[in-house]
Amino acid sequence: MAAVRAGVSSRILGQSSALGARSMSSWWRSVEPAPKDPILGVTEAFLADPSPDKVNVGVGAYRDDNGKPVVLECVREAEQRIAGNLNMEYLPMGGSVKMVEETLKLAYGEDSKFIKDKRIAAVQALSGTGACRLFADFQKRFRPDSQIYIPVPTWANHHNIWRDAHVPQRTYHYYHPESKGLDFAALMDDVKNAPNGSFFLLHACAHNPTGVDPSEDQWREISYQIKVKGHFPFFDMAYQGFASGDPERDAKSIRIFLEDGHAIGIAQSYAKNMGLYGQRVGCLSVLCEDEKQAIAVKSQLQQLARPMYSNPPVHGALIVSTILGNPDLKSLWLKEVKVMADRIIGMRTALRENLEKLGSPLSWKHITEQIGMFCYSGMTPEQVDRLTKEYHIYMTRNGRISMAGVTTGNVGYLANAINEVTKSS
Amino acid sequence: MNTRASASSSSSPSDRRLSALARHLSSPSDAGSRGGGLSRSLASSSSLAGRESVFSHVTRAPEDPILGVTVAFNKDPSPVKLNLGVGAYRTEEGKPLVLNVVRQAEQQLINDRARVKEYLPIVGLAEFNKLSAKLIFGADSPAILENRVTTVQCLSGTGSLRVGGEFLARHYHQHTIYIPKPTWGNHLKVFTLAGLSVKYYRYYDPATRGLDFQGLLEDLGSAQLGAVVLLHACAHNPTGVDPTLQQWEQIRQLIRSRRLLPFFDSAYQGFASGSLDADAQSIRSFVADGGECLVAQSYAKNMGLYGERVGALSIVCRTADVASRVESQLKLVIRPMYSNPPIHGASIVAAILRDREMYNEWTIELKAMADRIISMRHQLFDALRARGTPGDWSHIIKQIGMFTFTGLNSQQVAFMTKEYHIYMTSDGRISMAGLSSKTVPHLADAIHAAVTRVV
Repeated sequence: MAAVRAGVSSRILGQSSALGARSMSSWWRSVEPAPKDPILGVTEAFLADPSPDKVNVGVGAYRDDNGKPVVLECVREAEQRIAGNLNMEYLPMGGSVKMVEETLKLAYGEDSKFIKDKRIAAVQALSGTGACRLFADFQKRFRPDSQIYIPVPTWANHHNIWRDAHVPQRTYHYYHPESKGLDFAALMDDVKNAPNGSFFLLHACAHNPTGVDPSEDQWREISYQIKVKGHFPFFDMAYQGFASGDPERDAKSIRIFLEDGHAIGIAQSYAKNMGLYGQRVGCLSVLCEDEKQAIAVKSQLQQLARPMYSNPPVHGALIVSTILGNPDLKSLWLKEVKVMADRIIGMRTALRENLEKLGSPLSWKHITEQIGMFCYSGMTPEQVDRLTKEYHIYMTRNGRISMAGVTTGNVGYLANAINEVTKSS
Repeated sequence: MNTRASASSSSSPSDRRLSALARHLSSPSDAGSRGGGLSRSLASSSSLAGRESVFSHVTRAPEDPILGVTVAFNKDPSPVKLNLGVGAYRTEEGKPLVLNVVRQAEQQLINDRARVKEYLPIVGLAEFNKLSAKLIFGADSPAILENRVTTVQCLSGTGSLRVGGEFLARHYHQHTIYIPKPTWGNHLKVFTLAGLSVKYYRYYDPATRGLDFQGLLEDLGSAQLGAVVLLHACAHNPTGVDPTLQQWEQIRQLIRSRRLLPFFDSAYQGFASGSLDADAQSIRSFVADGGECLVAQSYAKNMGLYGERVGALSIVCRTADVASRVESQLKLVIRPMYSNPPIHGASIVAAILRDREMYNEWTIELKAMADRIISMRHQLFDALRARGTPGDWSHIIKQIGMFTFTGLNSQQVAFMTKEYHIYMTSDGRISMAGLSSKTVPHLADAIHAAVTRVV
């Protein structure tokens, strides 16, 4: 049979060669190998390392104190409740209505008048990435002359998202390397100098990768200046609850902007705060003038989702709506989020104390001043390379440490290694 | 700084446009509150007053024609209403179906406390990708054995088509894709947004309710050299009309001779004939000739995983090295779209495909679904013949897969909806999956009435 098949194949191939002038070369000869993703490439390298001492403080996924990934109890419970009960029919293009409702409450407030007045156009999206991408595509389609201002630095994929949406990018000052804090004056200058009506990408809390957030007062000033200039504020909120341990507190920046009357957009993600990483659950919302406009905007967002994936995945959305829709599960979730946030805050303290105890000549107070999953250590790419080569410690070359990867078991080792590579600088 | 007066005085152009739109779209209960709502909301957020939203010019998009059918169906109170619109499988009782193997696989996943929900790699679940490639190309496919295939997990068929389209727009020298006329409504949007320009090739012949084979050969024969060609692997949507094996062979030769690049949409493997291998034959014959192609696979229908969005894009390349480079570039398309694909559905598929018993059970359940649909075709055909309904209805049993292109025109469809509460798309397409032995007579009555009373 195989021989017959081979014979048939060679006959067909022979015919094809005779019929077409083209030789046996590929259409894709000219395809270059793409550069590896800087963040995900770190984990790949880590996994390949056989050293027993290796430490992964690269990708931003939460680990418990044993360095293990965590599935929240509220999630396990929700899955048990939904298994076997529901079918797997298509969600509407805009996703799970229930999930979106609950998600808006988290961002806009339980009693938000915008929710009551149905002024928010909102669709389920493929986690934070998908929400940002949908918004970028929407921005391109309906404000084709606009550009997006992106902070320096930011999550690397932000640049890819708006580039693939063909929206021109500008940057604004954000991180102040000398103080390892916020470059507030330069940020405000950039907001003032941008053309009126520019789009600004803001990290709602726990800035990625620096961990540097504006203070409440600074947020108020930023809000005021953005309003004066008529800019559009777009919030990427990937860490609500994960930063301070309190979701309400982590949404403060958004609430300030809402009080000040901005019509904002928000990308929300459940990847970290519910540990639903691989489920790809998120939400994109756009605050509109009124209900009719919200209906129009939502319909257009759906028109962008339809040719991308038709409708979003149901499983993760069901988990979210089950948890947030049940008071017992919701309060369990809030507890578990606080545990995660507290552990990270504890590790920040431990890392800083360890470095200080080692007598490091540098200041490490930024470790505890920064917030959220990441710490912008201030280390150079060369120092990071040494950490990897000599100590099998994996992080992105911008010196970003994922605090979620730090444990009581490895914090001493990590502090020692950091001290070694930085003490002479 | 902001003046309330300017906003709530005369209406702006955008207000008038929205009002006009709202009159067409809103229900009676909305109309009364609309005006009040607008000024109320303006008053309550004084800082927004006087300043228009940057999106105030956005008009409401038209309803999706297919999903709109279900919306209308849901509103109808009639006890004899029938939904033959959207293509999701229904049982004899008219209920959605979750396959037993799927429930089993799900339970396995839940019971395994060691499972975590971490990010998948950008290209998705590796095991799922390998098993999907084997499923569509055959486990002994030379392309697989030679590592010439790159397979990436995507969001069902739609996502696979979009990622493939974007890849072609960036890396392929020809940016034109030929799609059959008619085709699934979303194809045009998917490829257009991916950055390709879309042309049509003749496919359906309304006179015969079959394949316009001559027209197809002519159109592909005059296509630009190297253009991309979208092919439905089996169970063409919406017509149910597939080429015969001989016709496929001619199509393949023509495509290879003009160096056209085939892009297969495989949404119904196993669902069309009941045999996974038979339904993949068109694709496998193309791979057997050593040439390159793209394949979008969906598990929405054949595993009933609709809402989980499980699918895969495979690109068959000439060499393993090329396949590897192609994969690296696919990642750059995916990362800024959604970073990595959802884990749940792919895990279910992998659990089923890797386990011999579950795989066998799946093929049995799949065949049962396909057989039920084929049986509905025969029952409907017999019922129309029994009523002496004028016309040749043999296309109902000749067409294959979930859909039948009845040949009814939009007036006849509207009549059937109004008088018989039958919901279908206005192009005359019916989803056979929505029929049952109990409802076939009602549909036959409706078709008979439509054909004899409405022209």
